[in-house]
Amino acid sequence: MKRIDLHLLGPLIALVGLFILGALLNPAFLAPANLSNVLARSAFIGLIAVGMTFVITQGGLDLSVGSMAAFLAGIAIMAMNALAPITGVNWGTVLLGMGVALVGGLLAGAVNGALVTKARIEPFIVTLGTMGIFRSLVTWLADGGTLSLDSGLRALYRPVYFGGIGWITWPIIVFAIVAVIGEWTMRHTRFGRHVEAIGSNDRVARYSAVDVERVRLLTYALLGALVGLATILYVPRLGSASGSTGVLWELEAIAAVIIGGTALKGGRGRVWGTVVGVLILSLIDNILNLTDLVSPYLNGAIQGVIIVLAVVLQREKRTADER
Amino acid sequence: MTAVLALDAVTKSFGPVEVLHGVDLALNAGEVHALIGENGAGKSTIMKILGGYLAPTGGQVLLDGRPAAFRSGPDAEAAGIVVIHQEFNLVPDLTVAGNIFLGRELTRGLRLDHAAMRAAAGELLARLDTAIRPDALIRDLSVPDRQMVEIAKALSRRARVLIMDEPSAALTHREVEALYAQVDRLRAEGVALLFCSHRLDEVARLADRVTVLRDGAVVRRALRGELTEDGMATAMVGRELSDIFPPKDTATAEELLRVEALSVPGIVHDAALTLRRGEVLGIAGLVGSGRTELAEAIAGLRPATGRISARGRETPIRTPQDAAAHGIAYLTEDRKEAGLLLDKPLAENLTLSALDRLGFRIDRANESRLMAQATRDFDIRAASPAMPAGALSGGNQQKLLLAKTMLPEPEIVLIDEPTRGIDVGTKQQIYRFVRELARAGKGVVVISSELPEVMGLSDRILVMRQGRIAGEVAGEAITEEAIVRLAMGLGAEVESA
Ligand SMILES: Nc1ncnc2c1ncn2[C@@H]1O[C@H](COP(=O)(O)OP(=O)(O)OP(=O)(O)O)[C@@H](O)[C@H]1O
Ligand SMILES: [Mg+2]
Repeated sequence: MKRIDLHLLGPLIALVGLFILGALLNPAFLAPANLSNVLARSAFIGLIAVGMTFVITQGGLDLSVGSMAAFLAGIAIMAMNALAPITGVNWGTVLLGMGVALVGGLLAGAVNGALVTKARIEPFIVTLGTMGIFRSLVTWLADGGTLSLDSGLRALYRPVYFGGIGWITWPIIVFAIVAVIGEWTMRHTRFGRHVEAIGSNDRVARYSAVDVERVRLLTYALLGALVGLATILYVPRLGSASGSTGVLWELEAIAAVIIGGTALKGGRGRVWGTVVGVLILSLIDNILNLTDLVSPYLNGAIQGVIIVLAVVLQREKRTADER
Repeated sequence: MTAVLALDAVTKSFGPVEVLHGVDLALNAGEVHALIGENGAGKSTIMKILGGYLAPTGGQVLLDGRPAAFRSGPDAEAAGIVVIHQEFNLVPDLTVAGNIFLGRELTRGLRLDHAAMRAAAGELLARLDTAIRPDALIRDLSVPDRQMVEIAKALSRRARVLIMDEPSAALTHREVEALYAQVDRLRAEGVALLFCSHRLDEVARLADRVTVLRDGAVVRRALRGELTEDGMATAMVGRELSDIFPPKDTATAEELLRVEALSVPGIVHDAALTLRRGEVLGIAGLVGSGRTELAEAIAGLRPATGRISARGRETPIRTPQDAAAHGIAYLTEDRKEAGLLLDKPLAENLTLSALDRLGFRIDRANESRLMAQATRDFDIRAASPAMPAGALSGGNQQKLLLAKTMLPEPEIVLIDEPTRGIDVGTKQQIYRFVRELARAGKGVVVISSELPEVMGLSDRILVMRQGRIAGEVAGEAITEEAIVRLAMGLGAEVESA
């Protein structure tokens, strides 16, 4: 039993280890401004990764989330710019823009989900397709350049990313709330059980009168809505969107989910693990930037090693169970 | 004569729990040895140890009198020890021939020789008197057909020792005869055979030697003829078993389920049936006659045309959720692929189709209570409640599946092979349970390949043949001969010679 616990706690121990390492290597690491920055940047990937945990746990995958974020940022900005002359430069306009991102995300996710469940196309193929579609749509909308938010609106919107309670900014707060609700949903609700059951064996779930298609579709829609939420928090950071917004976010989100101990083949989801995974990835990034131990250009390589290591550790856990 | 393969004081523990306590067992060439015992007694564990799939915790395995430490199943197979497992080991996306020759593919140069493998597989299957096509995909086969493929696969290995874990549990009458013929042939060829079975008539018919296991220890050894079927049952269970089938009562007149003109494209044609409150309706027929498909269509698991009325109202049933909403539950014959989440704890399996009973926030305390209740009601023997369902013995998995199906309290229960892999003592409990259900005003449909079972349980029996309902027998008219004649398409009347 001890051994298994160790495996469960592995990612957490790695996180604590990284934290101590960071503090030892550079005192600036512990400065509130730095921590706030690390956490806020984790929040975007984190929100998406929480949704991704549900999708992966039911046996699916979504490669389109990075492009979707760019697309949602694009249409939200265009909507706000178009509305500003009519509704004025005020919070109402910003809220409408937020609504566009959120509803747009929900719909985009539902489209992915419908193609997977109703049209019965492999999730990898569906989302590879929509990944390209969203990316090219935003590039087209921006006409190859950048979509920028009206400067008045930008000033108004800014505090959503930079403001907060003390150094705990809004993205961190939203991420924390979503993570707690996500973990609770996975562990304690019928929906969470159904998601795990479908990932474990969808045929058994169907024979148990679980509405497999509906649950699957809901996970994609939920993920889309969370991408929308991440976009809402991301837009005020730069105030713009382009064809290169959110590039590779999908891979970072998937990596965080896997590092956190969710099985890629589905059936076992750990939202808290995903949170730990996201934090591990951004801490590595941060530490490399703060110290000259290893070139920051090697960030990707180190993340790659961590992902492979996490999966190897999980496999050891499985064989330990079997014995 | 030294035994070909033997166990010497073998013990086996899973974690802290010892499940085998010093078992001795010897398999001789040209002899059929039967291992019998209750669910969870340790039969499969013994077979896995003999076949190299599990290492003994204490004691040793002897091959030709010399200690052998097999490192794996294939390692033992290289020494001529072939195992047919209780749970299938077939690759769903390969063909029948591909599975039979998996790992020992026939080649011509570098290329796989598909034609030769197909031909050889066809020959093996023909020997087993089945109509399975060598190029069919495993995923498209029914459970009994998969069992036949497992047997064919084992026969294709040149075995010195053949170990079969409940080979006949999923078979009907006709396939069983083919299996027996092969057993007789192998015995004559000097192969040492070990099998286990919960069908005691089969043990009496096949075994030269019987070993009875109870709670991980041998309690009785006997030669052919020394033990009657009743004697075996008593030795297994440790007490006398009274009449195994409970008395039948009379059903009410109220109609609970009516099915008309139901067709599943290509499989079931124009089937009709009615089920009354308090009735047990049996469905008999050969493998492939469409029994499972009919039940699955009623349970919303297969696209079908026709009319279904549940509890007096005609209702379209397109999904399993529709069926559940109308109080219809189906217990699958395919426990491993469609019944249980093998890697999930027992309680999560139990409550999967009745989660709405546990509230929006799943009430874990209530869930453990339900689990404890089910453990008692269905006599589920588990080392710990936290273990995954896949670690239960086969029979105990079946009991868990039954408990799971009953948890939503369905009114119309379709049970496909209720006692597959279940020991005699527990069978009796399950039969009683089915009767209690009927007495409590539910309607039960029992599909079974074991004729005595359908006959002993049912008030009325429908016999299916080639996707059609060939006829019905009820009350006094229920005889083995009448059912077999209908199933074979000979008509209900027994013609005078
Ligand atoms: N991997 C495992 N982990 C823990 N316990 C196990 C494992 N495999 C088997 N057991 C336990 O060992 C005992 C013997 O199981 P086994 O499968 O040998 O029974 P069996 O005699 O074949 O029963 P059945 O007739 O139901 O197939 C059971 O109590 C079972 O729960
Ligand atoms: Mg067994």
